Amino acid sequence: MNFILIAVIVLGAIGLIAAVVLFVASKKFAVFEDPRIAQVSELLPGANCGGCGFPGCSGMADALVKGADAGSLDGLMCPVGGAETMGKVADLLGMAIANTEPMVAVVRCNGTCEHRAKIAEYAGLRTCAAMNACGAGETACGFGCLGCGDCEAACQFGAIHVNPETGIPEVDDEKCTSCGACVKACPRNIIELRKKGPKGRRVFVSCVNKDKGAVAMKVCAVSCIGCGKCEKECNFGAITVENNVAYIDFTKCRLCRKCVTVCPRHAIRDVNFPTPAPAPKPKEERKEEKA
Amino acid sequence: MNIKTFSIGGIHPDENKLTHEAVTQKAALPKQAIFPLSQHIGAPAKPVVQKGDKVKVGTLIAEAGGFVSAPIYSSVSGTVFKIDTAIDATGYRKPVIIINVEGDEWEESIDRSDKLETVEAHPELTPEEIINRVKEAGVTGMGGAGFPTFIKLTPPPTAKAECVIINAVECEPYITADFRLMMEKADEILVGLELLMIAAKVTTGYIGIEINKPAAIELLTKKCAEKFGGSKYNVEVVPLKQRYPQGGEKQLVDAVIQRQVPAPPAIPVNVGAIVQNVGTAFAVYEAVMKHKPLFERYTTVTGKNLQKPGNFLVRMGTPMQDLIDACGGMPEGDNKLLAGGPMMGKALTSTEVPICKGTNSVTIISGKEARRKEPQPCIRCAKCVLVCPMGLEPYLLAKLSEVKNWDRCEHEDIVNCIECGSCQFTCPAYRPLLDNIRQGKATVMGIIRSRTAKK
Repeated sequence: MNFILIAVIVLGAIGLIAAVVLFVASKKFAVFEDPRIAQVSELLPGANCGGCGFPGCSGMADALVKGADAGSLDGLMCPVGGAETMGKVADLLGMAIANTEPMVAVVRCNGTCEHRAKIAEYAGLRTCAAMNACGAGETACGFGCLGCGDCEAACQFGAIHVNPETGIPEVDDEKCTSCGACVKACPRNIIELRKKGPKGRRVFVSCVNKDKGAVAMKVCAVSCIGCGKCEKECNFGAITVENNVAYIDFTKCRLCRKCVTVCPRHAIRDVNFPTPAPAPKPKEERKEEKA
Repeated sequence: MNIKTFSIGGIHPDENKLTHEAVTQKAALPKQAIFPLSQHIGAPAKPVVQKGDKVKVGTLIAEAGGFVSAPIYSSVSGTVFKIDTAIDATGYRKPVIIINVEGDEWEESIDRSDKLETVEAHPELTPEEIINRVKEAGVTGMGGAGFPTFIKLTPPPTAKAECVIINAVECEPYITADFRLMMEKADEILVGLELLMIAAKVTTGYIGIEINKPAAIELLTKKCAEKFGGSKYNVEVVPLKQRYPQGGEKQLVDAVIQRQVPAPPAIPVNVGAIVQNVGTAFAVYEAVMKHKPLFERYTTVTGKNLQKPGNFLVRMGTPMQDLIDACGGMPEGDNKLLAGGPMMGKALTSTEVPICKGTNSVTIISGKEARRKEPQPCIRCAKCVLVCPMGLEPYLLAKLSEVKNWDRCEHEDIVNCIECGSCQFTCPAYRPLLDNIRQGKATVMGIIRSRTAKK
């Protein structure tokens, strides 16, 4: 009987002391976690893709709350959730959010099997990174797509696939979240995040070959040779030719598609337009205009 | 007799030294010579000529572009056609100087006689003078990697050189350029070795030769006894067992003086050895004694299906196509063109790539042999572990690199890999081990570089 009593008293005393210690510790060493972080995390897609530049969705939530405290959500964007998710987050945090344009990954190479002749056979490890380290690849173009699908392997959303017929990756606009994983995976920097455009309409130079015109012309039938015709044709100053290759600034491009028609190499592509690009005016007419 | 070799790993591929007995021929002058500005490890050279300039054989056309760099001299006389880009041994278009060849007029400063110059006749040759002449002549390692030779001769203050080891191993199959050089220029090589020993301030020298070249061992042993017997120098020809990659610096140091070079950034001189290729010794002789900059080299052009494989004394800048034509033209069917031997050589997609300072061989592998076999799953036989000369675990490194686990790659010492390819050669499942490891090594080295840059 006595033993039981002693045991109860001792255990009770230990319990009491432990409770006091725990209580004091919980007050003294309390870590305050903003309840909003958990709430924001709930709203984010939870893909943990890292497309926002933070380590997973909880990292992004933390950054969003900190941003809200600092008074601005600028530069914070969940590419997967897009404007919808960001709107919800902004509502929760009581902030206004800049309406960022939706972006999409664009493959800037059109060197399909028919346009770009194979000059060699590659027998090594079939990844773009390995092939890129060995040399120019199976074609003579040292800048174009290698077609081994490092981008496809990097995409978590199944939005980019190498077309076996052309050997060039194609992006599914609907699935692409513009997280930029493929951009990082491509050893030749062919993929770029560009403005998705109204109804997905966009115009871009589908070539990154920096070789001089004569060389670029030999290696591929649809290479940019840096002739600068598009640069002259553009009324909005959206096109620049640098290192023998043209680039269209998507923030300035108005989708008039004049460059598409003047390009002698068909290197400029327009996608998702319902009609083909307008035919260029005959030369005589142009002279009259100038006069 | 107990024949020396390195302590761990190694393989012995079929030798196929087809051109063993082929006496070196002088290759014809090219119509147009192409000089890539990056023929060595380090910063690319900077052109000092312009379009239209007249150059002679031995004229400086590009100066060193930094401390770790080397100048480039014209190997032909003629007019600079243009400074442009052309495909070099990397497979990409890189800056080059192209010269249209007209005649064969040499700079007068070059001594073109065959007379053997000895060190005794040139008391002005101090170590500094030798190193300076080697540097000015643009001499780089002739074995393939192309590290500027003068840097190797000036070791960091923390290390002290004790001996010079001449790398005459030629463990790669097919290649015979070094063997032919030894047979034809033995006296010059020994003077070159003496110059290297003076420059490194040592009196001990070794010449490592594999026993599949008995004629070279015999010849050099005899010449060494004649030349160095009774002098202050102690030079020994070391016969070595045939084993690839014995020509790797670290393996050679292990084989010859039984010392192990620690992990990078340690270099052979940290254990007292300066390793120079036999071709480099000859280039040093020519640079110092004949005032002849590095613009010519011994190169083997070989392949089982070539009609007349041979060894050539070739002017740098000569397109490989010229040499292949001299050997009877490219064989019919599928061919794999390699700059270098079948183990370490680099596959090329163009025959217009020029011979550079480090091109010891042009190898053409034809037909079935040119193709890889279909890879099978790893059966954990550990043959790759057995043959790795660096004591690594290739199967593991390849897997870690495949799954992009760079931290673990670094932990498993991926940077120690010398990319000899023994693992891939021996793999019974034909797995692309080296392809993966090379990727991982490059990535991990990039990570380490950016980490040290941040500090």
